[in-house]
Amino acid sequence: MLLRLEGVTVRFGTRTALDAVDLTVGEHETVCVLGPSGSGKSTLLRVVAGLLRADAGRVLLAGADQARVPVHRRGVGLMFQDHQLFPQRDVAGNVAFGLRMRGVPRAERAARVADLLDLVGLPGAERRSVAALSGGEQQRVALARALAPNPRLLMLDEPLGQLDRGLRERLVTELRGLFHRLGTTVLAVTHDQAEAFALADRVVVMDEGRIAQAGTPLEVWQRPASEFVARFLGFDNVVAATVSGDAADTVWGRLPVPPGTPPGAARLLVRPAGVRLGAPADGLRCTVEGRTFRGHHVAVLLRPADTDAPVLEAECALRDAPEEGAVVGAAFVPDEVVVLG
Amino acid sequence: MRGALVLLPAAFFAVFFAYPVATIVGRGLRTDAGWRPGRLGEVLARPEVLDVLWFTTWQALASTALTLLVALPGAYVFARFDFPGKQALRAVVTVPFVLPTVVVGTAFLALLGRGGLLDGLWGVRLDTTVWAILLAHVFFNYAVVVRTVGGLWAQLDPRQEEAARVLGASRLTAWRRVTLPALGPAVAAAALMVFLFTYTSFGVVVILGGPAYRTLEAEIYRQTAQLLDLPTAAVLTLVQFAAAAAVLAVHARTVRRRETALRLVDPAGTAHRPRGAGQWALLGGVLASIALLLVLPLGVLVARSLDASGGLGFYRALRSAEASGGTFVVPPLEAVRNSLEFAFAATAIAVTVGGLAAAALTRRAGRLVRGFDALLMLPLGVSAVTVGFGFLVALDEPPLDLRSSWILVPLAQALVGVPFVVRTMLPVLRAVDVRLREAAAVLGASPLRAWREVDLPMVRRALFVAAGFAFAVSLGEFGATVFIARADHPTLPVAVARLLGRPGELNYGQAMALSTILMAVCAVALLLLERVRTDRKGEF
Repeated sequence: MLLRLEGVTVRFGTRTALDAVDLTVGEHETVCVLGPSGSGKSTLLRVVAGLLRADAGRVLLAGADQARVPVHRRGVGLMFQDHQLFPQRDVAGNVAFGLRMRGVPRAERAARVADLLDLVGLPGAERRSVAALSGGEQQRVALARALAPNPRLLMLDEPLGQLDRGLRERLVTELRGLFHRLGTTVLAVTHDQAEAFALADRVVVMDEGRIAQAGTPLEVWQRPASEFVARFLGFDNVVAATVSGDAADTVWGRLPVPPGTPPGAARLLVRPAGVRLGAPADGLRCTVEGRTFRGHHVAVLLRPADTDAPVLEAECALRDAPEEGAVVGAAFVPDEVVVLG
Repeated sequence: MRGALVLLPAAFFAVFFAYPVATIVGRGLRTDAGWRPGRLGEVLARPEVLDVLWFTTWQALASTALTLLVALPGAYVFARFDFPGKQALRAVVTVPFVLPTVVVGTAFLALLGRGGLLDGLWGVRLDTTVWAILLAHVFFNYAVVVRTVGGLWAQLDPRQEEAARVLGASRLTAWRRVTLPALGPAVAAAALMVFLFTYTSFGVVVILGGPAYRTLEAEIYRQTAQLLDLPTAAVLTLVQFAAAAAVLAVHARTVRRRETALRLVDPAGTAHRPRGAGQWALLGGVLASIALLLVLPLGVLVARSLDASGGLGFYRALRSAEASGGTFVVPPLEAVRNSLEFAFAATAIAVTVGGLAAAALTRRAGRLVRGFDALLMLPLGVSAVTVGFGFLVALDEPPLDLRSSWILVPLAQALVGVPFVVRTMLPVLRAVDVRLREAAAVLGASPLRAWREVDLPMVRRALFVAAGFAFAVSLGEFGATVFIARADHPTLPVAVARLLGRPGELNYGQAMALSTILMAVCAVALLLLERVRTDRKGEF
């Protein structure tokens, strides 16, 4: 393992920003830490970089404890959230900074800067002032600067946070290709699940300083480990249930559950795709309260006739979406029901 | 790391400040029979001492308020408006600050006193009122506010105010809620400096105050040099020390609460030509106040340096030692070279010591470092007369026998320059985004390297301003230098005072001529500084 965190705890006064976090990142792996703001993501990066001291636990890089290693000797790269380009230096001055710190000769530096600017798609930008760069260009320069000294671990703090959507989607693909080509080991943090899922080999979801779930993007998406993870991923069809056999009793009626689910109280997630709409008599009787156009489908908000039950979200093909105010019946597909931990 | 940075400034202050001052106070409060702390109460019970204390305090408060009132619009104009001759004018407003206090007093006497300009024109005399002192203090400290506040103001992003305007704030509210809080530390720093200068005011008060108005510093000088009453002088030194320490403690508190990371931008982009009648009127008002309060006294000074026929007779007389009738053993003109040499040495010392101290204080931490912050300001509040006398008395034994060394004068001058360097650099250093340093560290820069690579380029401007201040203060320093400058190595202010102390029109005229030369030297030095500051801007 290139990076190993063992029980890392950070407290700010009475608030615990990181609570006994264990985490590993393997050589050439891209790990994305995903969580809402305030979940301790950035703190995690600062502890690994050495900008923040852990109150407990250990940070190991390639097996070596980093407790006594100062920031500038750790050999990690960090791309800051708002880039933090040095305003008084031009693009080349920024990219070459880490190389200068390592005493790389001038000619070699210039060649490496040119290579990196090519790599990030800004060839010939050496003499430009960083103040004159657009957001996307700044992001590229920040990336080139972080990559220049060949860090053994590259950390990205909300790498695409401030960019517009189109650019973000394009860059995320570019980044993934780049990291794979260079064999870079990456630890990124973001609050954007699409970004995390597109970039990462492995996703770590954080909640209030603890790791809520870790796994491949597919695992996390398909089997959210807790209600927090489910809701953070945008799933709101979560309901209390009592499991008996291969079904469970909920306020939405009796829902099918995957075979082997232990009986007793549980929380269930019903993916919107698992809510099928039919005639009012064929299932849970609901009124259509709202429709949101989502591109490939329409999200339909259903208010069950039994007024105590929470609203339910369903996913419909464009042409099948019922009108607002229509009365429909909701049925549930077993494959799309997930038992939360 | 931080400890090492603090070490040199701490040692400097221990040896060249604490030790001499402590020696003098010791002499005053100790007899052969031991310590006599009871003298404190005896001296402080005297009504005339209480009068001095009361006057010192209220005139300092009034002077500070008046200076802020007059100079804050000036700071705004210099920070935000572009107008022809701005650079030259910036140097002009700084000149009064470096003039010897004695000369300022005399210039205002010539302006406001018997037979002065106002008396001649309208029969108005102000020299017997406190207004003469207050106006001279404004004249003196205008530059402090313009430089300290205006320097930061020019670097504040105007878009912050625009953001507030868009959110529904009126122009005044936006200024009050956005700009004023950001300027707070700079305004506080400037107000503090002005207060300390006026609290310890000496030359101006001696000339314009007469027997009616005396500040603590003037009283200390009178007790030390005229009445030879060292115990009373020691007690008054302690009182002034305590008052300065109290003010500094309050200041440190305010500044700490309000200093925040600011969005600093290139000052070149924040200034524009005045727009609309209001802004032109503001510019006009500021220019008029500068002309009336700053340029007019300087003009009177120059006029007085010419002899009756409007010729340069007084200047010619400066070239020989004999013309002064035995006042000098060397031609007075040599004082120019002495002053420049001393001031360069003092500036180097002050920038080194102050720069290290500011760098150490940037990473704010522990009580100890904060205490050090306030400690660095103390030389401004402690009687310069006491410091100068202390140098003579304390630094005369091996291994520190500096009495005959030329370095003694620059050391004393640097002592007063360091607080300026620290005060000018600290707000800017603290405003450097800490994450830029972190970015440098992650890229492999050691803390020292990160400071050199990130902080230093960003604070070059502040460094030049700081050096300029240190240079100016060194040139104009009088209270301490008058005790330690050797007879064959007078500085300009000392030479001026010596000439003023002699009767006769020739001596008076020579004093005015020498003051005019000092003014010109400062103006040239400051103009050069302004050039250096702007030329290098594009380099990074």
